[in-house]
Amino acid sequence: MNYQVNEKGYYGNFGGAFIPEMLFPNVEELREKYLSIIQEKDFQLELNELLRDYVGRPSPLYYAKRLSERYNTNIYLKREDLNHTGAHKINNTLGQILLAKRLGRTRIIAETGAGQHGVATATVCALMGLKCIVYMGEVDIKRQAPNVARMKLLGAEVIPATSGSKTLKDATNEAIRDWINNPVDTYYIIGSVVGPHPYPDMVARFQSVISEEIKKQLLEKTGNENPDYVIACVGGGSNAAGAFYHFLENEKVKLIAVEAAGKGIDSGHSAATSVLGKPGIIHGSKTLLMQTSDGQIIEPYSISAGLDYPGVGPIHAHLFETGRAEFVSATDEEALKAVFLLCELEGIIPALESAHALAYLEKLKAKENEVVVINLSGRGDKDLATYIEKL
Amino acid sequence: MSKINTLFQDKKQNILSVYFTAGFPNLNDTTTIINELEKSGVDLIEIGMPFSDPLADGPTIQRSSEIALENGMTIKLLFEQLKIVNSTIPLVLMGYLNPILQYGVEKFCKDASALRISGVIIPDLPFQEYLDEYKTIFEKYNLKNIFLITPQTSEARIRLIDEYTDGFIYMVSSASTTGAKNEIGSEQEQYFKRIKEMNLKNPTVIGFGIHNQQTFSKACEFANGAIIGSAFIKAIETGEDLEKDIGVFVNTILKEQLAHRNS
Ligand SMILES: Cc1ncc(COP(=O)(O)O)c(C=O)c1O
Repeated sequence: MNYQVNEKGYYGNFGGAFIPEMLFPNVEELREKYLSIIQEKDFQLELNELLRDYVGRPSPLYYAKRLSERYNTNIYLKREDLNHTGAHKINNTLGQILLAKRLGRTRIIAETGAGQHGVATATVCALMGLKCIVYMGEVDIKRQAPNVARMKLLGAEVIPATSGSKTLKDATNEAIRDWINNPVDTYYIIGSVVGPHPYPDMVARFQSVISEEIKKQLLEKTGNENPDYVIACVGGGSNAAGAFYHFLENEKVKLIAVEAAGKGIDSGHSAATSVLGKPGIIHGSKTLLMQTSDGQIIEPYSISAGLDYPGVGPIHAHLFETGRAEFVSATDEEALKAVFLLCELEGIIPALESAHALAYLEKLKAKENEVVVINLSGRGDKDLATYIEKL
Repeated sequence: MSKINTLFQDKKQNILSVYFTAGFPNLNDTTTIINELEKSGVDLIEIGMPFSDPLADGPTIQRSSEIALENGMTIKLLFEQLKIVNSTIPLVLMGYLNPILQYGVEKFCKDASALRISGVIIPDLPFQEYLDEYKTIFEKYNLKNIFLITPQTSEARIRLIDEYTDGFIYMVSSASTTGAKNEIGSEQEQYFKRIKEMNLKNPTVIGFGIHNQQTFSKACEFANGAIIGSAFIKAIETGEDLEKDIGVFVNTILKEQLAHRNS
């Protein structure tokens, strides 16, 4: 089975580039050039140096002893929360900003849900001296206030998206509309493995450093580079794509994608796309999508702003359809419990998004001698207000 | 022969096309709007099928789409409403791909064709995807697919679109979403001229940002006609006296042409 994107931009039945003609020249330019640019030696050198000295990579692979005891197995946490800016998102924004620079673009736009991608974009724009505009849903601006302040401090302009559900989907719509209106000087840094080809593949490649490091680190620690399980949360699916990437071809490694069930899958307030979605088109990509029988996109719900998205990246739709990854979900409540448990047992405050992956440990039933890697995609600073409410 | 081809054969210039969102301002305004537009002298009507996430549209059409959906508009219902429409001018359906996919592409074509729809504009159906996957289906039901070109579209790509389509070419007036309200500047004129000088086999119609008599006339200097969307939506948004609002709006756009005709 092949899990890589094909020449036409598809993963199996999913992907493509369903974009209005106004975006065609930009997306086409990117499609023609992205591989050759990111494979250039000087690009690789610059990116790797920044990943090491600026982001702090490799991020540790930490054996969570007390958590492992609790679940009677061997749990390793991939500490993307320790990256500069506090999440995996910066792996991608660094890659894309270097690309944008090589394409001669001077104005950077981005969408953000939890604000982590917005902060990561604002950060690399400051680093490169480029103008930065971030679209963020009005609802998310309220629930992720610290990240809004961080973006502003970093010099970005934050524009509220006031249409639709006023969350990530709508922020993405606004960013796309901005790009339509500014096709010449602007580059759009998408924050997950979503959007028209080549974005899903490009973002997955930039995030694949996560599994590349996991392999090396596990080999060092256990003598075997392959774990039994890799678990990651899925909003659009970039941290999961990065954590799965180098294990895709090895079917012995079980891949588990955890979606946000919100208040429960059948509650009408959920973001569990693999269960509630059908094939459709969102943001230029054919993928699994939560929609009405008339093809209108349904507004999802999750306590976690970063998982509050009605689709998944096309690579995940393909992993779901082929059964290569198992798709499960965690509710708001289960995620919150996992937050408090990790604080108590390991002294780590996880992001709400990452807590969805942790929550699955309750159901996993891994054996005593098995090795479980959980991608701890981000830290919980941005979610403190939510956590304090629950204390 | 398609009504679209007949229109452009009979009338070479000043073709006025109007876009409206089905289900706006009220769910059952569709037939009134079509009848009044035709009566007022509009040459072609684009019936918008509302979508929850209209990426290429500005605030006005976003809002009309949102209200139309709240009112309960669906493709199915629209097709019911269109059964009693008996118009002599070409009707074109405009909408995003996802609702059409869920309806079923072939069923959509079949039903639209039975309602004497002449063509479709699907802004997020890429040209190559159309050629590879959908062209034969649309052609089977005699529906013309209308494609957009923009100031950034390469000459080679315009030639390709011209070669493989035979309705008309929709020239997006500038790099923008719908509803921009600028006057037509010299940069746009350059682009219009450039396209005109390409001597395409298809007629061209300019849309996006055409909002009054001046911009309509200016666009018609370079193309066979122009399309008005957002400005029309605004003109009928109160929904209080549709017939009158439509008549007045079309009259102000066509003022010059009507004056010419009468003198
Ligand atoms: C910490 C963290 N994890 C996960 C996500 C979800 O995104 P993705 O599914 O692309 O990894 C986000 C998004 O904002 C995030 O901030």
